[in-house]
Amino acid sequence: MVQFSQEQLTEFNRLVSRYPEGKQKSALLPVLHLAQQSFGGWLSPETLDYVAGLLKIKPIEVYEVATFYSMYNLKPVGKYLFEVCQTGPCMINGSDNIVAYIHDKLGIKPGETTADGLFTLKTVECLGACGYAPMMQLGKHYREHLTKEKVDAIIEECRKNAAANN
Amino acid sequence: MGVKLLLDKAHVEGIRSFEVYRREGGYRAVEKALKEMNPESIVEEVKKSGLRGRGGAGFPAGMKWSFIAKPEGVPRHLVCNADESEPGTFKDRYLMEHIPHLLIEGLIISSFALGSHDTYIYIRGEYAWIPDILEQAIEEAKANGFLGKNILGTGFDCNIYVQRGAGAYICGEETALIESLEGKRGNPRIKPPFPAIQGLWQRPTVVNNVETLSAVVPIINMGGEEYAKIGIGRSTGTKLISACGNINKPGVYEIDMTISVEAFIYSDEYCGGIANGKKLKACIPGGSSVPVLPANLLLKTAKGEPRLMNYESLADGGFATGSSMGSGGFIVLDEDQCIVKHTYTLARFYRHESCGQCSPCREGTGWMEKILKKIDEGQGKMSDIDLLWDIQRKIEGNTICPLGDAAAWPVAAAIRHFRDEFEWHIQHPEEAQKRNYGLAHYADPIHVPA
Repeated sequence: MVQFSQEQLTEFNRLVSRYPEGKQKSALLPVLHLAQQSFGGWLSPETLDYVAGLLKIKPIEVYEVATFYSMYNLKPVGKYLFEVCQTGPCMINGSDNIVAYIHDKLGIKPGETTADGLFTLKTVECLGACGYAPMMQLGKHYREHLTKEKVDAIIEECRKNAAANN
Repeated sequence: MGVKLLLDKAHVEGIRSFEVYRREGGYRAVEKALKEMNPESIVEEVKKSGLRGRGGAGFPAGMKWSFIAKPEGVPRHLVCNADESEPGTFKDRYLMEHIPHLLIEGLIISSFALGSHDTYIYIRGEYAWIPDILEQAIEEAKANGFLGKNILGTGFDCNIYVQRGAGAYICGEETALIESLEGKRGNPRIKPPFPAIQGLWQRPTVVNNVETLSAVVPIINMGGEEYAKIGIGRSTGTKLISACGNINKPGVYEIDMTISVEAFIYSDEYCGGIANGKKLKACIPGGSSVPVLPANLLLKTAKGEPRLMNYESLADGGFATGSSMGSGGFIVLDEDQCIVKHTYTLARFYRHESCGQCSPCREGTGWMEKILKKIDEGQGKMSDIDLLWDIQRKIEGNTICPLGDAAAWPVAAAIRHFRDEFEWHIQHPEEAQKRNYGLAHYADPIHVPA
């Protein structure tokens, strides 16, 4: 069953407290971020319904938001999500090569997840790192000035972290 | 070295902390504004400064502030637009990462001027590490009496909250941002009513860009008239430019708006010239939405005058021969870059980011993307060029918000200035696929620095 922990509920209450009485729906975007982070990196229909109940709004109000914004994953993703920017400034700095290299290395195309469930590759539109291109988002942070060597190191780092956490 | 008002202290060690920021003269403007001035006189100073919105539209900030309605008993809000998403633009991120207290200081003064007791920073969701930096700055300001209840004993209460978006370029449009802040899809609202009358939760609201609000600090410190002496004409003060693409020194630069485009690209203080000894082919000077210019028109206006890095000069000649300052996202393309492919990636971006509310934008951005992809992949027909032109014309001006225009302009400008390249691409599909570009098919003279 989908249920925030006590700690997550404290964060939920902090988010809701930023808005005037009766305007708790305003917390929907941050609460969906919290839910995605708390429940395995994606938002299941059950999670969306749970959030609707917590915020006392209709499930449809949550669905329409969850389907609008690109950062919400509506399907399961790997433990490590590589979001590679491919818009103009990254493209002219070789983002196509980075996507192709990740494909060669991990055997996944954009939108796919490795069989071991570790990596998902996704192409995204401009993330505001144009001066540090090519780049990808990995979790909370950006990895910039990507090269093949850097991609190798990032994959290695993720594998190590995954092994350490098991 | 030009004048620096925003980034002059950005590289002082430890400037992210309240202590160092304060030691370097920070929060003096808050003291001056809250103790020696009143909301009206602050709005007056901002008007005198000539400060124009730094997010892209360039609307005079003081005038925008003066529109805010003040109905009895209805709270008003200031919202900071930190949803920086225009391709080529990464200046607000730089400000918030390097010198977060400058924005917080600007927000306190601006909240006082507008009567906002609950002020929100709406930041793009992907900048996921920056809310921590901002929230720490807010906590420090609060602990030192600059935020919270009864600030500096003046009786003014103000809180600042940071809200993350979740990946939607459209939320940089102020009414979409407000919708998003209300927990909805980022569908822009029909105006009027403008946010100054009915904004967040139907209350009077002002939405300003990060850089605009940060610039309020030097304006209060030096006075609006002194600020207005920097720059030329209606391009007063300083502007942050985020430079990227094929240049030696990509990064964020603060310029006073008297410098020429040529000096900006080739001087070592700024872009440091074109990378790898290549030649300049084209540039999008103000973020992906503004028209791309070929080298000759970028460096000199159609009248043959040197083009300067300011609102008027970049726009000189209208869209026929000019472009726009936009957000200050400066994208430089060297001689090897393919205009067709670059324009295709931008068209894909706008299709991805269209909210889907207005048919011309929802359908048109998809058609433009498909046709450009087809041409780029060597499957284009000559008639596709006119078809693209026709589609962009039918989007422009026919949508609720400016995203439609923003999607139309890059395609229009690419065809206007690089039609020969589109034709070459269609006539030489195999050669074009080699991406071994060169300049053979491109007629305009290419600038070589002296």
